[in-house]
This record gives sequence, C-alpha cells and structure tokens, in this order.
Amino acid sequence: MSSPLLYVENLKEYFEIRRGPFGKRSYVKAVDGVSLTLAGREAISIVGESGCGKTTLGKTILRLYEPTDGKIIFRGRDVTHLGWRELKWYRRETGLVQQDPFGALPPFMTVKRILEEPLAIHGIKDRKEREKRVYKALERVKLTPIEDFINKYPHMLSGGQQQRLVIARSIILEPKMIVADEPVSMLDASVRIEILKLLQDLQRRYDLSVIYITHDLSTTRYFSERIYIMYAAHIVESAETKEMLVNPLHPYTRALLNVIPDPDPSNRFMIKEVPIGEPPNLINPPAGCRFNPRCPNFMKGICDTKEPSLIEVGKGHYVKCWLYD
Amino acid sequence: MLLKDFFKHLLIYKSAFAGLIIILILVGLSIYTIVALPYEEATKLWRAGEQYWLDNPRNSPPSWINFFLSRKLPETIVLSTDRNQPGVSKAIISVEGKFSVIRVEISFNYEYDDFPSEINLFFKSNFTASAPKVTVSWIKPNGEEIILKIFLISKDYSYYISNDENLVRDLISAISKKFNKTFEYGAPLPLLLFAQEDESIFNPNTAKVTKGRYKLQIEAICFETGIDLFSKLVIYGKVHGWAGTDHLRRDLGIALLWGAPIALSFGVTASASTALIQMFIGAISAWFGGKMDTIIQRITEVFMILPFLPVLIMISTFYKFSIMVLLVVVIALTMFGSGVKNYRAMFLQIKEFPYVEAAKAYGADSLRIVLYYLIPKVLPTIIPSIVLSVADFVFLEAALAILGLGDPLAPTWGKIIDDAFTNGALYKGLYYWVLEPSIMLAAASLSFAMLGFALDKIFNPKLKEI
Repeated sequence: MSSPLLYVENLKEYFEIRRGPFGKRSYVKAVDGVSLTLAGREAISIVGESGCGKTTLGKTILRLYEPTDGKIIFRGRDVTHLGWRELKWYRRETGLVQQDPFGALPPFMTVKRILEEPLAIHGIKDRKEREKRVYKALERVKLTPIEDFINKYPHMLSGGQQQRLVIARSIILEPKMIVADEPVSMLDASVRIEILKLLQDLQRRYDLSVIYITHDLSTTRYFSERIYIMYAAHIVESAETKEMLVNPLHPYTRALLNVIPDPDPSNRFMIKEVPIGEPPNLINPPAGCRFNPRCPNFMKGICDTKEPSLIEVGKGHYVKCWLYD
Repeated sequence: MLLKDFFKHLLIYKSAFAGLIIILILVGLSIYTIVALPYEEATKLWRAGEQYWLDNPRNSPPSWINFFLSRKLPETIVLSTDRNQPGVSKAIISVEGKFSVIRVEISFNYEYDDFPSEINLFFKSNFTASAPKVTVSWIKPNGEEIILKIFLISKDYSYYISNDENLVRDLISAISKKFNKTFEYGAPLPLLLFAQEDESIFNPNTAKVTKGRYKLQIEAICFETGIDLFSKLVIYGKVHGWAGTDHLRRDLGIALLWGAPIALSFGVTASASTALIQMFIGAISAWFGGKMDTIIQRITEVFMILPFLPVLIMISTFYKFSIMVLLVVVIALTMFGSGVKNYRAMFLQIKEFPYVEAAKAYGADSLRIVLYYLIPKVLPTIIPSIVLSVADFVFLEAALAILGLGDPLAPTWGKIIDDAFTNGALYKGLYYWVLEPSIMLAAASLSFAMLGFALDKIFNPKLKEI
C-alpha cells in the first residue's frame, strides 16, 4: 500500500464545559485518541451508537472543529492546525454529506445557487464555467432532467432528491475525500439503497475516498472496505468488512451485529439480547475498558482497572479488549 | 412572477390594500413636491420672514372651510397698479410742466359675510428731491366718502390702514355722535370701514357687512415731473389657500407638502438601516461568539440604558441639527438597541443549522456566512417589523420637532405642530393649524402600520391566530 490519503493519529477532541464564571472546568471527551488510515479510493465505515463521538470524529477530521491533540495528515500534508488561508485548499479537497438533507440546504437558495456557492467561494468567477460544472454535478447524482430542478428551492424536492443535491454539492469541487455522516438515516427505507449505491458509484468512478459514518452495521457492507467500531470516544475494533461481519471479536461489536433484524419468521418470538445500560458519560468515562459496565464478558479486577490497548489479532484485524490480550 | 403572487397574497388583506393606497398617495405627493418645489426653495420660502408673505393674511384657516360655513369668510383681495387688473385705474396729469397729479382709483366688490382681518396700502415712488403728498380716501357702496389720511410718502412706503389709531378714533367718535351711543368694545378698523352703519354696529356679534362696490382713491400731488407711483391695496381675508397660514403669514401648504418626503424618507431610512445594522451586529455577535460577543453585548447593554432624549438634547446643544444629522444621530443611538439582543438570539439558533456547517465545510469565510447564510434566513421574518417601525420613526421625528430638537430649517409636520403649540393655536381656536399636520402624521403612520400587520400575517403565518 502506497502512502495513505488520510492518516489520523491519536486524534483528540475535547469540549470545555464550565458552569458559572468561577465554576470548575471539565471536558467532554468526544474523541479520545483515535487513529485511522484511509487509502486513496478506499471507503471505510465508522460505526457506533449515538453519542459515541463518531460524528465529532468526522467533523474534526474535516477541521470543522479545532483538534485538541493529535495529528491529521492529508496527502502528505499536516492539516491539523492549518491557518485560514491554507485551510481553503483542504476544504476544496474534502466534502461533507450530512444526515438531515433538508437542514443541510439553505432554504432560501435555489438548487443552482446552492451548487454555485462552493464554486464562487473557490474563485470560479466565469458564469459559463460555473454553469457547466453545476450541470455536470447534477448529472453525476442523476437529478435529471436538470431543467426541472435547477430553479427549485430545497423544500420542493423529495427527501431522496434533497440528499442527491447534498451529495452533488459535496462533489462539485471534485474532492479526494468525502465524509458521509449518516447520509441515509433520515431517508425512507426505499431510497436508502439508491443513495448508498450512488455514493458507491461515485466513489468508484471518480477516485473518491469515503468515510461513511453510521450507527447501522447492516448498511456498511454496501460499500465500505473497512469498518471501525467506535465506543465512547474510542475505536474498539477495526477490520476488513467481511472479516468484521463474519468474525466479530469485541463484545460490543457482537452486540451490534446481534441486533440487526433478521427477516426470518422463525425469529418472531426470539428476544434479542441487548447489552444493558446506556453509553457512558464522556465527561467521566468508566475506568479501565469503557465498555466494562455493560460487558457480558466482564472480568473483575482487569476490565475495570486498566485500559486495554489496541492489538492486532489477525491480518488487519485490531481489537481493544482484554479477552484477546 | 413571484412578486405578482406576493401582491395577490397581500391584497387579500383589506388593511394592506388601504395602507398601500395611502403610502402610494404619500409617495406620489412627495415626488410631486420634490419636483415642483425644490428643497432649497422651500426652506428659503419657509424662512423668508414676514416681508415675503406680506400679501397673506395671518392665522387663516384654509379657504375650503367656506364650504362648511353658512357665513362666507373673506378671501384676500390684492389690487395693484402694475398688474393691469380690472377696477384699477391710474391717471397722471401734469400741470404746467412743473408738477403733476397722479390719481389712482381702486375699486372692488366685497360680497363676503365677514369683515377682513387687515387692510394695508403699499406705495413705491421714484421721486428725487421732494416727496409727493398723498391723500387716501375711502368710498363706501352708498357713496359716502371718508378721507383716511393725508401724508407725504417715502420711496418705499407702507400705510397700515388697520393700524391707524387716529383714524379708528375719528371713525368711532363720528359714529358714536351719529347714534348718540358709545362703543362697548374696541372696534377694529376693517369693521368700521365695512360695517353697515346702524344700531347693529355697537355689538361685534351683530355688526353686518355692507356688500357692494368699494372704492379707494389715491391722489398724489408730485412736485416734480416724470414721477410714477406704484400702489397696492391688500384687503386681508380670513381664509387662505388650501392649507391656511400661520402666525408669520406663511402658507402652511409648503410645510405640509414637504413634510411628506421628509417624514417618509426619515422613517424608512431610519427604520430599515436600524434594523439592518442591528441585525448585522447581532449576527457578528452570535457567529464569532467569545470575546467579540462579550464586547458587543456589553456595548448593547450600555446603549440600552442610555437615556435617549437627554443624550439627544445634549448633542443638539453642541451641534447644529439638520435633518441628516438627526437621522445619523437617531440611527447611531438605536443601532446598539435591544434589537441586537433579539437578533443575536435568533442567530444563535440559526448558526447551529446544518447548512451553515455545510457552508463552513466547503470553505465559506465568516463574512460570507454572516451575509449570505445567516441574514437571509431571518430577513423575511423581520420585514414586517421594519415596515411597522417606519411609523415609530415618523412619530419620533415629529415628537422631537415638538420638543425643539428638530431641524430648525426643514418645514416638517412636527415643526408646524410645534409652531401651533407655541403660538397657542388651540387656545385661539385655530384648530386647522394642529389638525392638518396631525392628520398627515396619523395617515402616514397608520398606512405603514396597516401594511406591516398584513405583511406580518404573510411572513409569519404561525402568529396569525394571535
């Protein structure tokens, strides 16, 4: 493997909380020492339940938040603390697809204007050139016939069409990497597959790398090559998609896989086992392994005292659990 | 297309329709005023002083009130020798080439039911050494002749007939002798010259006008040759023009007309710029947060507790106020007003919308986000309040003028009310003086209020039920 497109090392993102002017400072540790690599033209998934910090991770990678600590290296360039001017280059090279397509589109702009905005910001002043690229982007996301859409406002589009528009906007600058933050979770089941197929198609055809953030393991297999499981601001397991789905090692991954509904009539009376309790508080995470209060394989004296390290158990299969140490 | 739909929607509301009509009328009136009577000319006329307005009666209501009165009030009659008017004749008779006699006869029909307010006679003459001797006599419709005065004139001479105390005394004693009765009231000269001479003249309420043809004869004996004499008789009425006059004989129409463009432009500019500036400051405060937010919020709080009026009075004592300065000061004092806090609260919400984050992700800088992403989102919701507060600023300008904090030169509605107030218009029963500008003010603010409420229903439909 040549040098990766994106290399994230020990990334931390803490949010300060202070109650009152003289109150004690505490931190919400939304991302706490995450490392990952993303090769060119690769798609990875980051999976975790709500509140585990996966969205923050995606946004921090895109530098929408200032990282507290760690390193983000993109195409050989350290972008962790880039200034405003150089950041513009990084903005051009990356794209964001958000969860709520309607909220992600400015309601007072037409489709054309929405797509022209990134072009205008990045200095494409020629109107004809802009128009050409707007048409190209709309074609790529299959919002055709283009004339029907170009002068509409977001609220006139269906959810699926809105999400296509969001995707068109994220690829209009021809970026190398896209962070798709739960792009289908707010869509109808009927259009989910279409949107995922579209993303996959774009990724393959235009040499895109995609970081796909989701809480739904079942959708990851559609295009990601590698899965990172995130729990309470940590990556607890990472492996190739197939390996992960066939051979999950971390108790949390197993629990996640276990709750994917299986449309088999014989299962109708089966009650699935779900880990008890709730995701931990990120201000004061549990000592030791962060999953220990909910873990079915909890080992007293080990899991609640020392934090396990991420160890390689198979080829490219890493897990952060005392069971495999 | 969109605009057409919008108007269709708007005109469903009758109040919006009425408001729009009034606004259009005011705008039309303003355009007409600006074209027909440029501002410099208007202020010059307005500040010209009494000399310029000498042909106008003092404190007269508009002439159209005659429609509503059974007693017809007199209009002003101006008769002058250089205008070639019917009833005015001038003859120059030179005698032996040494001196000349100029005879002027001015006659007019007086058909009104009330007495004139004043009578003045103006002369101009081009003699070099010795002044002409002038005899002025008054001939009533029944042919009775009264010699008013015999005097020498200067080159520019005014004979204020109605102020001639001697003449009043003579006439009163003559009439008293005739009827053997004394006057119980100070009869003014116009009454003595125009009233029917019978018992009724001794009571001001019963005194009646003798209608008919009056004549004024002027005989000037000039001791030089080639002298010309210009004379003008002004019988001041009790009504004038479409708007009436004030204590300085000025035509109120000028101020009523010019009040419209001033009020409209002041109201609209102040309201729109205050709202936009407050919005911009609020957006900056919300978007940047941190220190910037703290500074802006503290400044806003200081401005909120600054007493508006005393500050304005203080500024007005140090600087000369013109309407532009007033506008700038009012905007400067309100731009950090409580609106900043409201807008900040709105923007704090909008700032967290995903589309703003998306804009950041594709590289929009802060200024672009504030101007293109935050402000357009709230703009439609605040248009009604901009329109509504136009009325507030129109009233503010008038109120400041009444407090003596207006532009001393500009003829505005507030200024008329101020003049009326200081000259005791209501005490003297000169209701038109207060009512005319008040009605204009009320119409202007009412129209914007009606339009604003309708716009509010359209832009903020959720508030419809309230």
